[in-house]
Amino acid sequence: MTATVAAKPPRNLHTRSLLAPSVAALLLWMIVPLVMTLWFSAERYNLLSPGKTVFAGWGNYRDLLTHRALWVAMGNTLILVGLVLAITLVFGTLFSLLLDQDFPGHQVCRLLVIAPFFVMPTVSALIWKNMLMNPVFGLLAWITRSLGFGAIEFFSRMPLLSIVVIVGWEWTPFAVLILLPALQSLNPEQVEAARLDGAGPIALFRHIQLPHLLRPMAVVAMIEMIFLLSLFAEIYVTTNGGPGLASTNLAYLIFRDALLGFDVGRASAGGVIAIVLANIVGLFLMRLVGRNLEDLR
Amino acid sequence: MRSTRRTRWGLAIAGWAVALGMFFPILWMFICSFKTEITAVATPPAVFFHPTLENYYAVLERADYLAFARNSIAVSLGSTLLALALAIPAAYSMAFFPTRRTRDILLWMLSTKMLPAVGVLVPIYLLWRDLGLLDTVFGLILIDSLSVLPIVVWMLFSYFREVPAVILEASRMDGATQTEELMHVLLPLCTPGISATALLSIILCWNEAFWSLNLATVKAATLTAFTASFANPEALFWAKLSAASTLAIAPILIFGWISQRQMVRGLSFGAVK
Amino acid sequence: MELTWKKLGLLVSAALIAWVLYRPGGRPELTVATVNNTDMILMQQLSPEFERQSGVKLNWVVLGENILRQRLTIDISTGSNTFDVITIGSYEAPLWGERGWLVPLDDLGADYEYDDIFKVIRQGLSYQNRMYAAPFYGEGSFTYYRRDLFQKAGLEMPLQPSYEQVRQFARELHDPEHGVYGICLRGEPGWGQNMAYISTLVNTFGGRWLDLDWKPQLTSPAWAEAVSFYVDLLSNYGPPGAITDGYNENRALFANGNCSMWVDATSAASYLLDPSQSRVAATTGFAKAPIAKVPNGASYVWSWAFAIPTSSKRAAVAKQFIKWATSRQYIATVSKRFGWLRVPSGSRESTYENPAYLEVAPFAPLVREAILNSDYTKPSVLPVPYVGIQYVGIPEFQAMGTEVGQEISAALAGRATVEQALALAQAEAERDMQGRSHK
Repeated sequence: MTATVAAKPPRNLHTRSLLAPSVAALLLWMIVPLVMTLWFSAERYNLLSPGKTVFAGWGNYRDLLTHRALWVAMGNTLILVGLVLAITLVFGTLFSLLLDQDFPGHQVCRLLVIAPFFVMPTVSALIWKNMLMNPVFGLLAWITRSLGFGAIEFFSRMPLLSIVVIVGWEWTPFAVLILLPALQSLNPEQVEAARLDGAGPIALFRHIQLPHLLRPMAVVAMIEMIFLLSLFAEIYVTTNGGPGLASTNLAYLIFRDALLGFDVGRASAGGVIAIVLANIVGLFLMRLVGRNLEDLR
Repeated sequence: MRSTRRTRWGLAIAGWAVALGMFFPILWMFICSFKTEITAVATPPAVFFHPTLENYYAVLERADYLAFARNSIAVSLGSTLLALALAIPAAYSMAFFPTRRTRDILLWMLSTKMLPAVGVLVPIYLLWRDLGLLDTVFGLILIDSLSVLPIVVWMLFSYFREVPAVILEASRMDGATQTEELMHVLLPLCTPGISATALLSIILCWNEAFWSLNLATVKAATLTAFTASFANPEALFWAKLSAASTLAIAPILIFGWISQRQMVRGLSFGAVK
Repeated sequence: MELTWKKLGLLVSAALIAWVLYRPGGRPELTVATVNNTDMILMQQLSPEFERQSGVKLNWVVLGENILRQRLTIDISTGSNTFDVITIGSYEAPLWGERGWLVPLDDLGADYEYDDIFKVIRQGLSYQNRMYAAPFYGEGSFTYYRRDLFQKAGLEMPLQPSYEQVRQFARELHDPEHGVYGICLRGEPGWGQNMAYISTLVNTFGGRWLDLDWKPQLTSPAWAEAVSFYVDLLSNYGPPGAITDGYNENRALFANGNCSMWVDATSAASYLLDPSQSRVAATTGFAKAPIAKVPNGASYVWSWAFAIPTSSKRAAVAKQFIKWATSRQYIATVSKRFGWLRVPSGSRESTYENPAYLEVAPFAPLVREAILNSDYTKPSVLPVPYVGIQYVGIPEFQAMGTEVGQEISAALAGRATVEQALALAQAEAERDMQGRSHK
């Protein structure tokens, strides 16, 4: 564990000019879609009624915030993100610990475990929906029927959880991809020393491995959060947000407005609300995790 | 001391169980790609059957796989290079010259990424159209690098922070300018981390479906559009979809497997001494 | 080592980008956007013939129906000329024709034989009597059933069943132990999925979507009866997990032998009778769509058609293509190359007068009747301000139908009572209709 102290060399023009273009491009790139979204969110703009666009001020926001569906969707979004984060971090750590051990073929196992991350989300969802979870000819149904349980109707009985399972399967490999190397970069002398002191595997984990993993876990959490908050493909392909609103998250709700209703104004307002939500969750996560990161002054 | 041999076997069983369990859906899809459509939906699921290549023939005949693959490669590599070119200087500045606003800027950058793409579809579509970027590889490169930029910046920032400032100081004392310091000292040191970030970015761009479907039609369509065209047809499609998906993920899977050693080296936090 | 990788990567991508951007010039090109069904696959295989005749290169863009519709709508409503020929249905054609987004197609020439096209299909694709899209395919809906299962149980399916009869049949034939379910119906939420079927059910129970003041009627007795009937029938005698079963899944189930009955689009018929795709090819029987209280709107009408966006710069060539692809000659070509069972059907009378076709397609007369007897301007026994049997021909319907579909699927999944679901659906529909800025 190196102590990194950020030095403050004299800031000269050279530094600024080096950074300016890229930072400017970054800002420009991020701002333009954002500004357009903000602009559209203040209009009643429906693609199917072009030429009837009027300024609406807070109208779209009012519509959305008084719509029951928005609050259900936000709740579902948070549940989805929370559960998937928990699953991927827990199983990611467990799998990493397992794959860190030296058993025959552990390198091949590593390859197999990270494979799901490379598959397109739409395809993953279709595989799970049709080949595995389908209650009539899915593999899981066949297994449970052979065991005498009858088929589980995954998407009817537990739609959100089914999606959590699918997404967890997709993203746990990502966690392993980041956590396993981190684990393997642990100073072997430290581990040896602890072992010699009589530390069992659990103590080893608690006092040596886990603290070392906290930083990469933070990276995993932040990156996953970015993707999970706007999760869409898996829901679209499996449940279409149903039954009722049980598996509708914010992204799917915006999709309904944008690509079914072609209501650009309301979809943009939904997007802005999504950013606000993301910022809140992000701040919360940062605070939770920030204790373990070095202070960013 | 506990019995190492027994624990080794126990670990092996557990490890392989986990690995096969995680890989199984992909394996099953691969197997289904060799079944006929009727066999693919049979109950109980057919484990023994006569393999056939008819699905692959049908898929390859129906769509120009190589053209799609070519576009996927171009877009993934192009976006990654563009994102790196922009992110490296920015991450450098934030890692070594942090200000009070650094954390805020980082968080803000990440949060813009959280705008669901559906919400910003129409503005981007209109913008791209007016700029003549629709259905161009360059247009896709732009939007993909924009999508992946916050993550690249974040990861590079994390890696750069691992570098002890003393090393950079030393090079500065030796009279190196900023650019030289950046190019000849920092980058070589961080190459594993940069490669890892690049690989991650390539994978994310490869699987990017939303923009590829909406901003590209004929000339710039990528493998995600290729897969989508088989995903919801008015025909029994699971065997063909399995074949199409296998063709779509094979390149990236193989590429990922080959280069994952790089990634492993690069993703080692705290390993830079 | 790593720097070399990076340089290599740079070189490769630069080369690739150059290769991609370089496109040899040459023949005029036509970009055609279409759905990925069998008819289109065959048309793609036959397109070299058109390319030879006309010297035009065809670029096919094939997408699933939903994504296609979304892409096309964004494209056409923003006036972007990405496509020259688009595939749309009887839902979009009048709406887009009204907005002046499509090129009228009434000048394809006398040899195009406009009168050969089913009148109701042609009407469905017109606005103010001008045809805006040329159909290559049409369908209605009817009942599929398993003759062998009926025979074994000593039951007989009448030509025009009632829904009460259907319920009785389903109860008797429901055999989940052996993987045979009484009836399969669409359950997947969506305006074009479960609501397409449920709309016909509501119609035949005497209900309607909107009254003459454009107010949603989802809490009316007809809706309550129809949806209760649907939920009851499907949850008791249908396959498990029906809420993820749309048209595709149900067709797979029926083809696999899991359904005793299925009420859905006539387009599945040729597929189900094909032994290489279906296990029940020899035992599938056909009957008309069931009726509950009134015959109005029990069977739906839909057609897929080609249209030309006004923003396209190649309208003349596009018309040439459309004329070729939707003509009687094309149907004849398909029959020669692939057999009569695989011709695109439901659009022209001449197909149904052809003995060769009738020979291989025993269901054909029923399809014809289903299409001809559907009056899509009068879907309900009550007066309505809209057109459309299994949909409501207004732009708001895509969102509204999907929202209602989601709520009803909750009732099907047992997570809400029919009353609760319809109350929520009514609230959603009212909200959607409020935003309506024009009538």
